[in-house]
Amino acid sequence: MSAFRMPGMLSALDRKLLRDLWGMKGQALAIAFVIAGGVAVYLVAAGMLNSLEDTRRAYYDRYRFADVWSPVVRAPRSLLADIRRIEGVQAAETRVRSFALIDMPGMDEPVTGQILSLPDIAEPAVNQIHLARGRQPQAGRRNEAVILQSFAEAHALEIGDRIAVTIYGGRETVTVTGIALSPEYVYAIAPGQLVPDPRLFGVLWMSRDALAEAVNQDGAFNEAVVRLGYGANENAVIRELDTLLAPYGAAGAYGRDEQMSDAFVSSEIDQLRTMGSLLPPIFLLVAAFLVNVVISRLIATERDEIGLMKAFGYSNAAVVMHYLKLVAVIALLGLVIGAMLGTWLGRLLATVYTEYYNFPLFLFKADPRVYAIVSLVTAAAVGGGAVMAVHRAARLEPATAMIPPPPTDYSRTIGSNITRLTFLDQQTRMILRQLVRFPVRAAFTSIGVAVSGALMIGTLFFIDSMEEMIDTYFNVANRHDVQVMLMEPRGRDAYFELLRAPGVLDAEPYRSVAARLRFGHRKERASLTGVVATAELSRVVDLERRPVASQPGGIVLSQDLADRLGAEAGDVLTVEVTEGRRPVLEIPITQVTTTFIGSAAQMHIEDLNRLLGESNVISGVYLKVDPAKTDVLYRQLKTTPAVAGVGLQSIAERNFTELMDQNIGMSIWVYSAFAGLIAIGVVYNSVRVSFAERQRELASLRVLGFTRGEVSYILLGEIAFLTLLALPLGAALGAGMAFGLSQAMSSDLFRLPFIIHAGTFGYAALVVIVVTAVSGLMVRRQLDRMDLVSVLKSRD
Amino acid sequence: MDDDAKDDHQNRPAALGCAIAGTSVNLPGIEPATCFRSSGLTKVYGSGHSAVHALRGVDLELPERELVVLLGASGSGKSTLLNILGGLDRPTDGRLWFRGEELTGASQRELTQYRRRHVGFVFQFYNLMASLTARENVALVTEIAEKPLSPEEALTIVGLEKRLDHFPSQLSGGEQQRVAIARAIAKQPSVLLCDEPTGALDSATGVRVLEALRDVNEKMQATTLLITHNAPVAAMADRVITFSDGRIREQKRNEHRKDPKEISW
Ligand SMILES: Nc1ncnc2c1ncn2[C@@H]1O[C@H](COP(=O)(O)OP(=O)(O)O)[C@@H](O)[C@H]1O
Ligand SMILES: [Mg+2]
Repeated sequence: MSAFRMPGMLSALDRKLLRDLWGMKGQALAIAFVIAGGVAVYLVAAGMLNSLEDTRRAYYDRYRFADVWSPVVRAPRSLLADIRRIEGVQAAETRVRSFALIDMPGMDEPVTGQILSLPDIAEPAVNQIHLARGRQPQAGRRNEAVILQSFAEAHALEIGDRIAVTIYGGRETVTVTGIALSPEYVYAIAPGQLVPDPRLFGVLWMSRDALAEAVNQDGAFNEAVVRLGYGANENAVIRELDTLLAPYGAAGAYGRDEQMSDAFVSSEIDQLRTMGSLLPPIFLLVAAFLVNVVISRLIATERDEIGLMKAFGYSNAAVVMHYLKLVAVIALLGLVIGAMLGTWLGRLLATVYTEYYNFPLFLFKADPRVYAIVSLVTAAAVGGGAVMAVHRAARLEPATAMIPPPPTDYSRTIGSNITRLTFLDQQTRMILRQLVRFPVRAAFTSIGVAVSGALMIGTLFFIDSMEEMIDTYFNVANRHDVQVMLMEPRGRDAYFELLRAPGVLDAEPYRSVAARLRFGHRKERASLTGVVATAELSRVVDLERRPVASQPGGIVLSQDLADRLGAEAGDVLTVEVTEGRRPVLEIPITQVTTTFIGSAAQMHIEDLNRLLGESNVISGVYLKVDPAKTDVLYRQLKTTPAVAGVGLQSIAERNFTELMDQNIGMSIWVYSAFAGLIAIGVVYNSVRVSFAERQRELASLRVLGFTRGEVSYILLGEIAFLTLLALPLGAALGAGMAFGLSQAMSSDLFRLPFIIHAGTFGYAALVVIVVTAVSGLMVRRQLDRMDLVSVLKSRD
Repeated sequence: MDDDAKDDHQNRPAALGCAIAGTSVNLPGIEPATCFRSSGLTKVYGSGHSAVHALRGVDLELPERELVVLLGASGSGKSTLLNILGGLDRPTDGRLWFRGEELTGASQRELTQYRRRHVGFVFQFYNLMASLTARENVALVTEIAEKPLSPEEALTIVGLEKRLDHFPSQLSGGEQQRVAIARAIAKQPSVLLCDEPTGALDSATGVRVLEALRDVNEKMQATTLLITHNAPVAAMADRVITFSDGRIREQKRNEHRKDPKEISW
């Protein structure tokens, strides 16, 4: 006795199963690929979500990432004890933070830098760094620093290299002692930027004493960072911190949601979650529908064989099992292809991620649970589709199963009157009657095709949306070339000085202060900006790209801020300025407008300065620059002590576009390829089934002297008609999906404008039509090769 | 045009177009012309060990307007011959002429045109379009024919004038078969090829179908080939051909054609 069965010893039923599968291999593959699409998307999204969340959690825990940051102007170090005593604070640290301009040899552009202090004795209790190589700077050594790994790599900096840094107006040369990563800079962007540019943004960690001395913070700190205990109330801690630190110029404490790096990582996680919960169900529903159609058809073809099996004494259960096994093979194939595809795509995506997100170690790794879930859900969806079809096989009586099915009854179909219209030719009549006779199937086919088109529109919409976002942001709202941020507010002379700088064509000053906006019981941290009344270089624009001028005495608020405050135009906001003399002001909202990137709370610079009780001071200047003279300007900026940082628009725009092309672009093309898979699955299967069902009729027509073209018309006319129906439906579904996604994917960081170009609709329609045409041609080839004689001989 | 074979292959395609296009005429009163002529028709399915010789050299000469019954055991090659005559299938070897034009070697397109213009088929399983009514099933063919009867006329000939707007699902087997006959004759075919048209019917219903076929043969003068495995049916024919093992074993002419009513099986 053999414990296993040789292939040749397969039961007769199993051999029939293999034969059936082989006979429908095209359809089986098409279904398997649709399943694979859902599985792959789910694996990538869920796996990446898994990997990002796990990696982030482990990283944050291990390096004691802060929960709350509280910047101040200057506070005594002795306050640390008080901070630690705040209820809910598990660990706290004070430190010194400073802006810096880094002058890299061979590079015109100034590099914006941040310098953070490291305690001289022990590791920080909060926000430790991961020292990849080298050592910490020695206590009190003013000319040593650890630098951020991405910055080091971008400039090929090694331990022992020296870099020139302008700190607090003084130029220093520091030696690199170590290269590090930090949970605070997973997504390392300069203030005001959107996309990391490791070449233009650097972080340095220096000895506490040395940095304090350099920036006039001896015995003091200008930022407190806090880790919360389990279950602590973050808002309460923030309130306590603000109260405690208010006398020392606290700008307002904030949580991780406003920490730039973590906000970006969280936004990515949210998007993965949305994608992972939205797309796979679509794929699996389509797969369930296809399985249902194909298996129903197979059972109809094999009704006499089923009758025979039952007559021979096979039980209902055995017959049902037989067909379920067939479906199981297809589902398994889909799962395996999907798992491989998903894992491969996930790894590919992980390498893209590591370009933007800096973790000490980041691997794509889907939890076994993810695989288990996707297998179960696939089995449920596909099994569901199959069971509905298979129970018909169970119901067949052996006797009736063995006589040929009577002609399908078309006589009592609703709407058949319309199809009696005399001007129709008989072929068109056949197409119409088929549609009216089987409306559910026709509807599902049309909806399936529409869904694939919608999916394509829903993903390609991102490109349109982002282009609109980039174009509005960079070419309409922010038309300056360079933003110069000053170390601290300066008089008008700083503006005139920059206006006269080499290469500067135009300049606009701005004033910005940290503030808390309050309306009713809601509160939001915001940076209140004052701009000149005739702002040209940096403006707030509305959805129609028209500049929104702030009215004298009033404030213009971006929609997201207004929503979070529950305020609208006409309301009066309480503005608690958290800088300087910290006035509390009542300012009316004159207008609310949607901004795509970031938030805005804007007013006239004169108004702002007056309300602050300050004279004509500015925080920075927007510059329009002669492209031929940028290098001279950059060189001058690098050596201007008052400059804290420089934002370069053209490079920012290029980085944003690059991010879109690489990272987002890749996912979009993957998703739209999957959408194409659905179209192929639906169209090919429905034409195939239609062909199988009507093969006999089609052969009869050929016998009657109809040409191949005329016969194809009946077969392909139906799917062409359904595809045409699907186009407007798909456009509407796609627009709806795009709208939903634009809402779901918008975050505090940016809003996706709901814009779909005509070209996107056109492209989706084209893909759907091409897929239909190709599927049609593939079946048409079978139609051409159809053996008339044998088709007519066999009863079905 | 006479029945002389145009052996010259160079001339064949041009000449073929003529008969297939239907310009060939039968002059009434003159010795009936030949409808089909074949020499050495063979048909082999498959190859090597599994090769099946369905036809083993069939020489045939069928005059116009006759009603011919083909008899023979199952598997003797009757259907194969009929399908080849109807342009559905091609012989492996041998040659075949229709009204003097060679069919063997015609292209797919030419065969389609040949079927469209000249051939009416009736099969054992009626092969109606389930989604079309009786009238529409016939109209399907009249719409692409040159000088068709109206669907109503054709259905009247087979006695279905009261069933015009019924769908196949609302008709009995015999009625469905008569719709199929109406469909086959509506285009006024030159030849009517029937493969066991009564095979799925009971005897009484079968007789009605045979009557319809006889009427059509008489009224429309279409050369009619009728395959049956019911030997008594042979009595209604002008000519009876008996098949055996892919060959014509016997061919005989009946003095009188019996009325189908007198036949039973
Ligand atoms: N498509 C085919 N492939 C292989 N063999 C065939 C095919 N069609 C017919 N045959 C074989 O050719 C022989 C003649 O068949 P057929 O002409 O249908 O016989 P009849 O109609 O006289 O019963 C039979 O042995 C049959 O099995
Ligand atoms: Mg036969």
